[in-house]
Amino acid sequence: MKFNGRSGRWLIILPPLLFLLVFFLIPFGFALKISFAEVAARVPPFTDILTRTADHHLQLTLSPSNYQYLFTDEIYGYAYLYSLRTALFSTLICLSVGYPMAYAIARASKSTQNILLLIIILPFWTSFLLRVYALEGIIRDNGLLNSVLLHLGLIHHPIQIMRTGLAVYLGIIYSYLPFMVLPLFATLEKLDPTLLEAAADLGSPPWRIFLDVTFPLSLPGVIAGSMLVFIPAVGEFVIPALLGGPDNLMIGRVLWDEFFGNHDWPVASAVAIAFLVLLAGPIAVYQYYNVKQQEA
Amino acid sequence: MEKRYSPLLLTFLCVGIAILYIPILTLIAYSFNASPLVNVWGGFSTAWYTELTHNRQLLQAALLSLEVAVTASTLAVILGTLAAVALVRFAKFPGRLLLTGMVNAPLVMPEIITGITQLLLFVSMMQMFAWPHRGFTTIVISHVAFCTAYVTVTVQSRLQSADRSLEEAAMDLGSGPARAFIEITLPIITPALLSSWLLSFTLSLDDLVISSFVSGPGASTLPMVIYSKVKLGVSPDINALASLIICAVGACVVAAGYLMRRAEKRRDSEMHSADHAPDG
Repeated sequence: MKFNGRSGRWLIILPPLLFLLVFFLIPFGFALKISFAEVAARVPPFTDILTRTADHHLQLTLSPSNYQYLFTDEIYGYAYLYSLRTALFSTLICLSVGYPMAYAIARASKSTQNILLLIIILPFWTSFLLRVYALEGIIRDNGLLNSVLLHLGLIHHPIQIMRTGLAVYLGIIYSYLPFMVLPLFATLEKLDPTLLEAAADLGSPPWRIFLDVTFPLSLPGVIAGSMLVFIPAVGEFVIPALLGGPDNLMIGRVLWDEFFGNHDWPVASAVAIAFLVLLAGPIAVYQYYNVKQQEA
Repeated sequence: MEKRYSPLLLTFLCVGIAILYIPILTLIAYSFNASPLVNVWGGFSTAWYTELTHNRQLLQAALLSLEVAVTASTLAVILGTLAAVALVRFAKFPGRLLLTGMVNAPLVMPEIITGITQLLLFVSMMQMFAWPHRGFTTIVISHVAFCTAYVTVTVQSRLQSADRSLEEAAMDLGSGPARAFIEITLPIITPALLSSWLLSFTLSLDDLVISSFVSGPGASTLPMVIYSKVKLGVSPDINALASLIICAVGACVVAAGYLMRRAEKRRDSEMHSADHAPDG
């Protein structure tokens, strides 16, 4: 659309651009700044990195101590690795459960497809927090799962799932499964059936067709779905806080405790910045595929 | 694709759907449990629902959350639609890549990072301009930021598939570009606007992490109150509240989906009959 003149265009571009710049991007600058400050007993609880000396010169005091602290206190290294590992395995499990689901939906007739999609999307619309809470009702020591297993005589004592790593895995898989299924469905649905027929005509067994044709062609969906699960899962707070035990220290929880428990804003900022650096790679991959798909 | 289902695929589909739904359905069932003990069924009762209406803390939090959600999703739909129009219609402008990045990044950015960075911004702004006070305003601003991303992505895909030729025809007939957009394209993207408003509304209503960071003393949203209660263990009145929220949201989404599909079908059939109308 040719909005008359340049000014008309900028009326459309500027409001969202400026808003997101000020309230989404620039905040990272403040976090970076405060990660080099030191904790202080004042409001807000950190020192200024830019101070005026007695002879009216501006003095920049950058304190790397927060980052050094991240390396010396092993809890941070442990939490980063634990978060990455948990997110990675959860993503793989989501992929192996979500792929057949997406494939089954893609093969259904159009009207069944719409109903199935609604069934998958509906939990995504309902409260994340409440769904994690609902899961607690299933996996508690006296929850539904243990009651059923006891009743069937499969176990004789309730198995402890709550406050273990298993509970965190179950929580992530349960909460993020729709994020995996939807992008996978979107690519599988567009798959050209003639390609599969051609492969079959040429004598490929079904598993070869899957490995040589279906899976490579669905790769954009695999990557989009995996990133949509992996990246938020690394930073997950609610699930480890509600379902995990004291050992299941994920980085989101450490950051939360540093901030709300210890009131150490500079260290919390340093944790956030270090975390962002860690996620820069996966986020860049996600962005790259997103832009490519939007332009396709 | 061929319509034959292997039993394996069907099993995966059923198991997956069961995983998604069993916890929610169990929660709803137990909200009608007369016994306050979570593992004992004490008969059917709606006592926990009546109890909710007397809980002032929960009611106040619910009211704040609703106000935040309505304000934030309305603003997000405006900003997100502008961003979507800019990205789809203007092939080149300075800052295009920046805008693309900023509307996609919040979709995957862990909330905990967004929350802490935005809080640090608000605190620094408060030092510099004595604004904004932490509470309603700051919660709305941060919710608008992440909801805008969802709106943009939804409206963007709808705009891309919208037929430009109708708008061009309107302009050929002498409409200004703004008027052509409002009269032709806006009705086409209205379903996307409605669904993205609804999505923003539910996302805002549900947000715990970002609100906890940017909120101030005295401003507790519903998820913040629920979280602090749930942290202490399963409680039957939260079961009742959760069932109410889940059912209300579920009903809205299903109804909205149904209405939109019907509107779409009607429009498609009108388009179809218009295509086949005799000339002149």
